[in-house]
Amino acid sequence: MIIEIGHFAVLLALAVALVQMVLPLWGARTGDARLMQVAEPAALAQLGLLAVAFAALTHAYVTSDFSVENVWANSHSLKPMLYKVSGVWGNHEGSMLLWVLILAVFGAAVALFGGNLPETLRATVLSVQAGIAVAFLLFVAFASNPFTRILLQPEGRGLNPILQDPALSFHPPFLYAGYVGLSMAFSFAIAALIEGRTDAAWARWVRPWTLAAWICLTIGIAMGSWWAYYELGWGGWWFWDPVENASFMPWLAATALLHSALVMEKREALKVWTVLLAILAFSLSLMGTFLVRSGVLTSVHAFAVDPQRGIFILTIMVVFIGGALTLFASRAPILKQGGLFAPLSREGSLVLNNILLTTATATVLVGTLYPLALESVTGSRISVGPPYFNMTFAPLMVPLLLALPFGPSLAWKRGDLTAALQRLLLAVALSLIVVVGTFTLYVRGPWLAPFGIGLGLWVIAGTVSDLAFRVKLGRAPLPEVGRRLVNLPRAAWGGTLAHAGVGIMVIGIVATTAWQEEKILTVRFGERVAFAGFDMTLRGVAPHQGPNWSERIGLISVSHGGNVIAELSPSKRIYDAPQQATTEAAIHAAWLGDLYVVLGDETADGAWVVRLYFNPLVRLIWLGALVMGLGGLFSLSDRRLRVGAPRRARTAPNPVPAE
Amino acid sequence: MTRRQRRTVLIGAALAVLGVAVALVLVALRDTIVFFQTPSDIATKPMPAGQRFRLGGLVAEGSLKRGQGTQVEFVVTDTKSTVPVVYRGVLPDLFREGQGVVTEGRLEPDGRFRADTVLAKHDETYMPPEVAKALKEQGHWQGEAKQKSSAQK
Repeated sequence: MIIEIGHFAVLLALAVALVQMVLPLWGARTGDARLMQVAEPAALAQLGLLAVAFAALTHAYVTSDFSVENVWANSHSLKPMLYKVSGVWGNHEGSMLLWVLILAVFGAAVALFGGNLPETLRATVLSVQAGIAVAFLLFVAFASNPFTRILLQPEGRGLNPILQDPALSFHPPFLYAGYVGLSMAFSFAIAALIEGRTDAAWARWVRPWTLAAWICLTIGIAMGSWWAYYELGWGGWWFWDPVENASFMPWLAATALLHSALVMEKREALKVWTVLLAILAFSLSLMGTFLVRSGVLTSVHAFAVDPQRGIFILTIMVVFIGGALTLFASRAPILKQGGLFAPLSREGSLVLNNILLTTATATVLVGTLYPLALESVTGSRISVGPPYFNMTFAPLMVPLLLALPFGPSLAWKRGDLTAALQRLLLAVALSLIVVVGTFTLYVRGPWLAPFGIGLGLWVIAGTVSDLAFRVKLGRAPLPEVGRRLVNLPRAAWGGTLAHAGVGIMVIGIVATTAWQEEKILTVRFGERVAFAGFDMTLRGVAPHQGPNWSERIGLISVSHGGNVIAELSPSKRIYDAPQQATTEAAIHAAWLGDLYVVLGDETADGAWVVRLYFNPLVRLIWLGALVMGLGGLFSLSDRRLRVGAPRRARTAPNPVPAE
Repeated sequence: MTRRQRRTVLIGAALAVLGVAVALVLVALRDTIVFFQTPSDIATKPMPAGQRFRLGGLVAEGSLKRGQGTQVEFVVTDTKSTVPVVYRGVLPDLFREGQGVVTEGRLEPDGRFRADTVLAKHDETYMPPEVAKALKEQGHWQGEAKQKSSAQK
């Protein structure tokens, strides 16, 4: 019964979304306030209905109702409760339901907090949001219905064991919140095109939504990378896998959008570009959904192939991206030209940021789609792997990172490079010293690595010294410095933190990539092995029974300088349902790096294969992502950007249309 | 600077970055892409020795041999032709005889394929699309209907 209510709620939500798509837009075009006022209650109703649908499916999972096909195929009565709940979105149908639910959350947020938006803009935005909802609700209702009933089955087939993991339980919701959050930027962009006007106020409304989506994407991607690192047992943290790229491209575009919206908000420049970027960012999200959900890609993530669904999502994608770009082409020329600025200025540096980020996005896009294109044209099957991305993406990041500390140090309109350089002199010196120091420590190379470390440090030191300059550190008495620190806008803190996070991450990436040690060997019980400065001994391998798996656990003691510093227990698990083997790596985390141990198979003569990694500074990668996310939160809490903050007196109640 | 000059600088910078990127992409696509081959492809038209490529197919039943230390040998087949594979390292969890597999490496002069990567898959019912396609082309695989259920990240 509950399941049928859920199904019915989805269909009702579809009907509500249809109304919300048509009436408010009509009202906005004809100036009918009553029609526009339909939007808010409709958006809230949509959220309510989809929450009911989602709760119904969750209820079926929690109570293990195996008369629902989706539950039967993806759950098991003996699964721990956390994974019963996360199983709701651990499959195609459920995850699409989560997608539309998050979309409704964002729509409802506009309805609730958008009180300070001009009436027509709010109505149009909610209309466009509803349009996206209609497309995806059609998909959920008719091509991937999670509420299909089957004959009651005695037991479910279980959730893929590698998905039974705490980090991965929350990875999809974050990622989806990021993907779907970009729909807000999209809806605002379309509304701006329909209304034929954009201004600083528009950018100020778009930015918090983009920022929120960006934070979710950052955290979601970092969680996925962290999960892949410890769960897959390959010792790697990023594989340039097509599905990883699918989430990375929207992130890159959203990062560019955050920066260009800044120019628009402060200087009313780059209007057309910002609108285009908002469209592109969500288009990349849609493409990501398509790539992941259609199974067209060879990927460690692509699990099932269903061409029909692929075609459905492809249609949605073509309609929205094609429609948006057509609208852009016809309406963009009427948007008013923005202010003037010198190439050497804050605006100029943000433009450089945008050029480099979008070009980098394009190289990732080419690498991701090229195999598909080539196969459909010539029929030959190829794969584009990490070497391609290292050769194209990485070189584009170097000028970006070099230029990064200059950006905040340059003034708006007309910047002074010499003055900026003077401020950053200490950071330059520090980075150069570190480059030379690292070089002498690792004379045997790789010779690019010291520069990479220096680059990461340059970003951190440059960012921090800009902040230090702003609070007059060293040039004013300490109490004044303290007062200035406290009075600094949160957005300034946010920017500093986010940029420092980039630097931290760069150092982690460079160190791990350059100096990772890997060894695969066979060991016998009691045998001592030297690796990366540690002495390791395999003490034994014992069987063990978990709640829904059985495993063999190896016991390895690790000593350093004669003292035992850790006991590691990597294991090989066989899950009960489905019967599937997984590797549980054991990780000893230290300041300088991770010791990462994987237990392999038993050899014919009774020894064990063991794979050892030492990953220097690898944790900085996720720490960096966390700091970036934190920076985003700081920025989001800035008064200027707060959603629903009272409008400043300066902003006209109704922005004057562009001529 | 006039508006026009400023715009020229902007467009120039954008074009310069784009040009560099296009050059990088072209070089990278020439040098780093890896072709996918089935055992039959190799039987009809062998890849030049030393060229890196991906070999995909099924792990032949009864072919897995654990050798000295971490060395393993197995045979990849598409039921028409076979290629023996040598690999040093830990096999992925889902590696099993009779299952689909994708390996990456080079052909040795003696005709064996020395793999440095054996790709792990997340799901036991999952068949790498290239393998499925290659097998389907030869009329040996009708697995899709059986595998309606799915698990996704």
